[in-house]
Amino acid sequence: MSPRTQITESDLHAYVDGELPKADHERVERFLRRHPGDADRMREYAAQKRALKALFDPVLEEPLPENLRRLTSPPNPESPQGIAAGWRAMSGSRRRYEWWQRIAAAVLVAAIGGATGWFARDRYAPTPSLAAVVPLPRQAAVAHAVYSPDVRRPVEVRGDQEEQLVTWLSKRIGAQVKAPKLGGLGYELVGGRLLPGNAAPVAQFMYQDATGQRLTLYVSTENVTNRETAFRFAQEGKVNVFYWVDGKFGYALSATIGKDELGRVASAVYDQLERQ
Amino acid sequence: MVDSRALEAEIPRLRRYARALLGDRSAADDLVQDTLERAWARSSQWRSGSDLRAWLFGIMHNLRVDQLRRAAIPVQPIEEGAHDVPVRATQSDRLEMLDLDVALNRLPEEQREIMLLVALEDMSYSDVATLLQLPVGTVMSRLARGRERLRQILAGKPGDSVTHLRVVK
Repeated sequence: MSPRTQITESDLHAYVDGELPKADHERVERFLRRHPGDADRMREYAAQKRALKALFDPVLEEPLPENLRRLTSPPNPESPQGIAAGWRAMSGSRRRYEWWQRIAAAVLVAAIGGATGWFARDRYAPTPSLAAVVPLPRQAAVAHAVYSPDVRRPVEVRGDQEEQLVTWLSKRIGAQVKAPKLGGLGYELVGGRLLPGNAAPVAQFMYQDATGQRLTLYVSTENVTNRETAFRFAQEGKVNVFYWVDGKFGYALSATIGKDELGRVASAVYDQLERQ
Repeated sequence: MVDSRALEAEIPRLRRYARALLGDRSAADDLVQDTLERAWARSSQWRSGSDLRAWLFGIMHNLRVDQLRRAAIPVQPIEEGAHDVPVRATQSDRLEMLDLDVALNRLPEEQREIMLLVALEDMSYSDVATLLQLPVGTVMSRLARGRERLRQILAGKPGDSVTHLRVVK
């Protein structure tokens, strides 16, 4: 091979960035001496590099904000405070909520608070099913109302990591769950998140169709009465909910779509979960 | 498993790059937060002894690509921008810095990201190519176009006449 004699624009940048092989330095320097315009240009590029560093290096010295400091250790630690930590993470340093999300979250808190008071007053009565404290369809509808319109962060773990998502949620709610496949009905898994239930964590899977219409499947393991129910339908504001109980699992499928369509999806979900 | 302290040590660099890329403090820190969350979610995929920084920058790049894909739906959080009060210092070098900040944001992101990885992170062309999953030649031509464009913007020539990769004798 004959030695390269041409100097390319890339050679000049590589020279500026210290990426040019030593053997080529002399050739480039000779070229730049003969082409003062290019030499000036390269000096400006080098100055750009220095200026960019000078402009942004101060960021290195800024103290870490709390939301980033928190993430220097794994999120959702498996500790007795895990649920509380999860709740704090969600409501506390979490990012900007839209006004309606704040209201929906407040409704959720109020519902839990009210239910706790009711529960305490009746402490001499036989222990009721915990799932009855806040009815399953209401829990599911509120969770749907809070998270489904969230464009920026609808889920904690995305559906493209489905295996990890299912493993994580199963571990945290203490029972094997699975995300039904609804692609045949036009709904793809967006992902899932962990939420506080009445007394234990619950899982929420979110799906979306091509138009952006979302539905959520809420999976609770708080049913202690070990009974089964047929499909039931509830309407919570604009949110339609189909729900059913299967052993300790309570399932609720929520969306702001028509009852018939939601019913078709609910049947598919039910069939898949039955077969597992 | 990712080591917490090693991860913590990389956060300032992730923030610096994100700030420069996005030009907005809260959007940048959101991107860093997403990056860390995904890093933990995928920490089993990280091979001990491999380059943690490159892995984290790779995650951040992929998240940014996802963001840009979704950008068809414009979302502007309410508080966004409320604290972006422009502050102009009296020193002229500070003015030039602010000009640079503004000029930088007028570059296409595909050029800006490469310029920043090279300038701020001192990454080699081949490391940038690996990170962005691009051929080295593409990295170099985008770098050249970005630098020339920035030079022209700073020189008050906002036109798009750009020096393309060329052979000079």
